[in-house]
Amino acid sequence: MSVLVGKDTKVLTQGITGATGQLHTRLCKQYGTQMVAGVTPGRGGTDFEGIPIFDTVAQAVTATGANASVIYVPPGGAADAILEAADAGIPLVVCITEGVPVLDMVRVKRVLDGATTRLIGPNCPGIITPGACKIGIMPGYIHKPGRVGVVSRSGTLTYEAVHQLTLLGIGQSTCIGIGGDPIIGTGFVDALRLFNDDRDTDAVIMIGEIGGSAEEEAAAFIHAHVKKPVVAFIAGQTAPKGKRMGHAGAIIAGGKGTAAEKMAALERAGARLAPSPAQLGTTMQAFLKEKQLLS
Amino acid sequence: MNIHEHQGKEVLRRYGVSVPEGQACFTVDEAVAAAEKLGFPCVVKAQIHAGGRGKAGGVKVVKDAGAAKAAATEILGKTLVTHQTGPQGRVVRRLLVEQGCQIARELYLGMVVDRGTGRATMMASTEGGVEIEEVAARTPEKILRETIDPTIGLAGYQARRLAFGLGIPKDQLGKAVAFFTALAKAFVDLDCSLAEINPLVVTKGGDLLALDAKIGFDDNALFRHADLRALRDPSEEDPRETEAAKFDLSYIALDGNIGCMVNGAGLAMATMDSVKAAGGTPANFLDVGGGANAEKVKAAFQILLSDAAVKAIFINIFGGILRCDVLADGVVQAAREVGLKVPLVVRMEGTNVEQGKKILADSKLDIISASDMQDGAKKAVQAAGRAS
Repeated sequence: MSVLVGKDTKVLTQGITGATGQLHTRLCKQYGTQMVAGVTPGRGGTDFEGIPIFDTVAQAVTATGANASVIYVPPGGAADAILEAADAGIPLVVCITEGVPVLDMVRVKRVLDGATTRLIGPNCPGIITPGACKIGIMPGYIHKPGRVGVVSRSGTLTYEAVHQLTLLGIGQSTCIGIGGDPIIGTGFVDALRLFNDDRDTDAVIMIGEIGGSAEEEAAAFIHAHVKKPVVAFIAGQTAPKGKRMGHAGAIIAGGKGTAAEKMAALERAGARLAPSPAQLGTTMQAFLKEKQLLS
Repeated sequence: MNIHEHQGKEVLRRYGVSVPEGQACFTVDEAVAAAEKLGFPCVVKAQIHAGGRGKAGGVKVVKDAGAAKAAATEILGKTLVTHQTGPQGRVVRRLLVEQGCQIARELYLGMVVDRGTGRATMMASTEGGVEIEEVAARTPEKILRETIDPTIGLAGYQARRLAFGLGIPKDQLGKAVAFFTALAKAFVDLDCSLAEINPLVVTKGGDLLALDAKIGFDDNALFRHADLRALRDPSEEDPRETEAAKFDLSYIALDGNIGCMVNGAGLAMATMDSVKAAGGTPANFLDVGGGANAEKVKAAFQILLSDAAVKAIFINIFGGILRCDVLADGVVQAAREVGLKVPLVVRMEGTNVEQGKKILADSKLDIISASDMQDGAKKAVQAAGRAS
C-alpha cells in the first residue's frame, strides 16, 4: 500500500479553527481522507463541519483513534504542536507551517530523537498516497494512483513533477514533501529507504535544492542500497552564493551546497538527472521503459 | 537579518561577552568627540554589512584627534569594495570608533546551526583573522567543534575543551569559559543564525576581547524579538528586496534581464534554471508564496517593472492554494495601473487554470502564453532578445 499513509490512516488537524486549517481539512476530507478530529485549545466540544474538536491532542486520540496529525498552527506555536502530538504517541506528524524558528526545530529534533513519532516537515506541502489519503495542501486532482514514489524539498516543484507524470499516464505510489527548512523531520534518506522497501513502488523521483548536504547523503544511500531507478533534479543551479532563496534551507554557504556538486554526487550514485525541471516526467518515462517497468 | 558590528557588540555586551569600549558615529564631529572621550590610540571602523573592510581601507588606527578627523572624513561616505560587497561596493554611512588594544593572539570563535546534527555548534580555531571557510578548506584539523545539546546549552567541560584546544593558559581559563558560555547563551536567547567573533583576541594583559562581531538573526524568529527588529538598517538592503518584504514576498535581485514571478521557492529556482537553460539570465528570484492574493501579485508585478534592466517578464505559476484566476486578476490590474512596458510571457497550470486563461484573454493585454515551463522560458528569452 505505498508508504506511510493509506486508506486506514485516521487524521486529526491541529489548528483546525484557523482559515488554512479549515480549508485544507475540508479539501482533504473531500479527497477521501479520513479526517477524524480537530484540536484547538479552548474549542473542545465544538465541531467543524461534523468533525469533532478537542482541547488537547491526547483527548482527540483517545476519542477517535487518530494515528496521524497535520499541523496548520502559526509559526510561534508550531513546535509546541509537534511536541504535543509526539507526547500523545501519534506515529506520523505532518507539519505544514512555514516560518518555524530554526532553534525551535533544534529542540523538537532533540525530543524526537529515539521517539516513535515520525515528523514530516515543517514548511512542506504534506504527503499523499493518490486515491487513498491526502494529508496537506497539495492539489489532489493532479495526482494519479501508480507506482512511482516522489520525494521533494519543494512544494510547487513537486506539483510540477507529479503533473508531468500524470499527463504521461504514470501514476504515483506516494508523494512526500519533506520541506524546505534547514532542520526537518523525515529527510531524503528516510524517504528513499521507505520507497526502496515498498513493494508497490517501482521507481523514485527525488527533487532537491541547493544548500546543506542532504542530497549528497541521499546519493551515498542510493549508491549503497537503492536498486530501483531514481530520477533526480536539483533546483537552484543559477542561484548566487550567500543568498537565501526563499526557503530558509536554500542557501549556498561558503561555496558549499551548490547544485553542481549535488548533481554530480547523484549521477555518480547511479541516479538519472533530469536535464531541466520541465523534463522530470519524460526522464522518468524513458528510464522506466529502459528497465521494462513501462511498456 | 544581519546587523552592524557595533550593534552586534552592544547586543553581546548585555550577555557578558567582553567587547572593547566604543561608540557608533554618523558624522565626522561625532567620531572626533568619541575618539577624544575613548582616548588614543583608537580605531575608526567603517560599518557596512560585509566583511573584508580592513583590506579595503575601511579600518584605521589613529593616534590623535587630527588623525581621527582625517580617518572619519575619508571613510564616511566612501564606497568600500570588498570580496563580500560585489563590484558595486557599499557606501559607508556610519562608523564605529573603538578603544585600541594590545593584541597578543588572534583566535576565531563562531556559532552556527549545523544542519547535519540538527544542533547549534560552536567552532573555534587558532587561525584568527582568517575566513573560517578558508581554514576549513586548507587545514580542517585546526577547527575545533562542540555540538550543543539544546536541553543543556554549552556544558562547562565543552567550554574548557575548546579553551585548552586553543592553547589558552590556565590563568586565563576562567575568562575563556565565561566568554564562550556567554556567546552560547546569547546565540540561543536571540535566535541567531550566525554569531562570529573573528578575531577573538587575547590582549597582552591576558583579557579576551571580541574585536569583531558578525551577528545574523533567524528571520523566522524575529516575530518574538521586537528589540532586534529595530536594528534593521534598510540602507544596507536592496530597496526592491525591502519593498518585497513589506508584502511578504521573497525577492532577490540578480543581474540578468528576465524578470521572473513564480509561486513556491523550489519552482522559482527551477524557473531561473530553465531561463538559464534557454540561453537567458534571470533578473531576479521572486516567490509570491502559496497564499498570494491579487494585491500581492500586483505588488510583485510592480517590483519587477521597476527594474530598468528587465526586458521581459516570465510568470510561471502552478496553482495549488494560489488559484490561477486570482493570479490573472492581479496581473491584469497591475498591468493596467502601471502599464506593460515589456513583453509578458505567462505559463499557468493547476487550480482554476481555465478561468485564469480566460481573464488574461479577455483583458486584451499583449500576453504571450506558454504551454509549459520550458516553452515559457524559451519565449521569454526570445522576447527579451527582441526588446533589447
